[in-house]
Amino acid sequence: MSDLAPTASPDVLAAGAAARGESRLRIVARNAFPFLVVGLIWEITAHIGVFPRRLFPPLEEVAATFVRLTAAGILPHHVLDTLLRLAAGFALAAIVGVAIGIAMGRSRRAEDIFLPLVSIGAPIPGIAYAPLFLLWFGLGNRTAILLVAFVSAFPIIFNTWTGVKAVKEIWVRSAQAMGADNRRLFHHVILPGALPYILTGLRLGLAQAWRILVGVEMLAAVSWGLGWMIFGAREFLNTDVMLAGVAVIGAIGLALEKLVFQRLENYTVVRWGMMT
Amino acid sequence: MTAVASATASASMERARSAYRAGITLLVAAACYEAVARSGYFPAALLPTLPKVASTLWALILDGTMLEHAAYTMYRVLFGLSLAVVVGLPLGILMARFRRVENFVLPLASALMPIPSLAWVPVFILWFGLGNTVAVLIVFYAALFPMLLNTWSGVRAVNPLWLRAAGAMGADEHSLFWKVIIPGASPFIITGLRQAFLRAWIAVVGAEMLAASDWGLGWVIFDAKEFLNADVMLASLAVIGAIGFVFERLVFGSLERATVMRWGMVRTAKS
Repeated sequence: MSDLAPTASPDVLAAGAAARGESRLRIVARNAFPFLVVGLIWEITAHIGVFPRRLFPPLEEVAATFVRLTAAGILPHHVLDTLLRLAAGFALAAIVGVAIGIAMGRSRRAEDIFLPLVSIGAPIPGIAYAPLFLLWFGLGNRTAILLVAFVSAFPIIFNTWTGVKAVKEIWVRSAQAMGADNRRLFHHVILPGALPYILTGLRLGLAQAWRILVGVEMLAAVSWGLGWMIFGAREFLNTDVMLAGVAVIGAIGLALEKLVFQRLENYTVVRWGMMT
Repeated sequence: MTAVASATASASMERARSAYRAGITLLVAAACYEAVARSGYFPAALLPTLPKVASTLWALILDGTMLEHAAYTMYRVLFGLSLAVVVGLPLGILMARFRRVENFVLPLASALMPIPSLAWVPVFILWFGLGNTVAVLIVFYAALFPMLLNTWSGVRAVNPLWLRAAGAMGADEHSLFWKVIIPGASPFIITGLRQAFLRAWIAVVGAEMLAASDWGLGWVIFDAKEFLNADVMLASLAVIGAIGFVFERLVFGSLERATVMRWGMVRTAKS
């Protein structure tokens, strides 16, 4: 998969700015400036009335809608349902995916069995399975969770498999020479050795799950959920509700990446000195 | 010499063996599916047998509808993807060369990137109506960020030593750009293109399902649900998977061979 390819990360810039010794205030101001410009353009366009106000609401209207929905408890309910669905689907994918990936990395037979199946399933975009899953499992929660799990399992399996295979042969042999049995070999050598890859897989899987979940909620007619909220608002031309929903989705996506995974990585891999 | 020969021989034998095993696995999996489908435990409409799926696929290809759906989908993907390249590539280069552009674009890109492209579908439907425009724009949105960020980090990752060496040999701005920076950044740019295609491919299927527009592979699958045509769905899934596979392996693989590998860039980029 893409784990070994060069990838871009915006964090590089933050580090660069810190290294240059700029003051914190300046950095905040510099990052806020583009948003001010875009916000201003948006406001002017919305107030001039080039587009109907219903379709292109000014930002204060979106903010007011956001506050109103939050105060009424509607938005938190949608968010909670979406997050629970994400957690359930992702947990399922993580357990099954890591187990299959480790089995594939350790046993020749498991590799022969799973690799062809995974290679055939992976290139099909997950959302394409949605109607099939709807047909098989009916509308609602079960379909959404199963589809999210199914889709996010692929990157997890691939990366776990690569990670287990990438554990240096010499570590395994020296542990064996020092008398490690199978269980200790697994816990103390293979698992920590493969962990950077597994974490990359989990991260890619979570990102995948999040992208798919929003789409699935639109299709699966769940009763609560952010995707459904946005899609339902279309019927009533509630563009302000939609934009508020999109903003919340973006914020959750960002929080998942920054708060969940970077923490996890710092606690495990970086601490063990596997990655800097 | 003989050691090398025997090593390659055993490697090719190994490959033949694993292909053989993969074939066995797939046959067994197909047989299991077939047995379940024929057992009558599930309704035949929901779990069609493989010959039925194959004959549906064949019929759809023969009467040209499948090709037309695929053509519409490809048109949307390629249009959106080229739009993303036309915008993302120059913008990424500008970002890497001029700090001011970087300071303006990067915060916006980092704020928009975590929003899944499908979340925009309902908004875009309201703004642009059902149809082609929505699908193309969603593809554009999905493909833009991988393209932009990879180009940006690719140009930044160009070895400063090469720049100085070329400068010392008297290269002007123009040839520095075309002969050093662009080839130097190309592994990242091609990775970006690859990721952009993968994202675009997902986005187009989702957008076609939601912004129903009569034609397109995503629309076929979604439409088939209404009539419980699981065989049409599975046939379209196979076509979607095949096109994605062909693009990933053949198109991008040969693109990589024709540019990056030929220039000898891959090793330097990955080390």
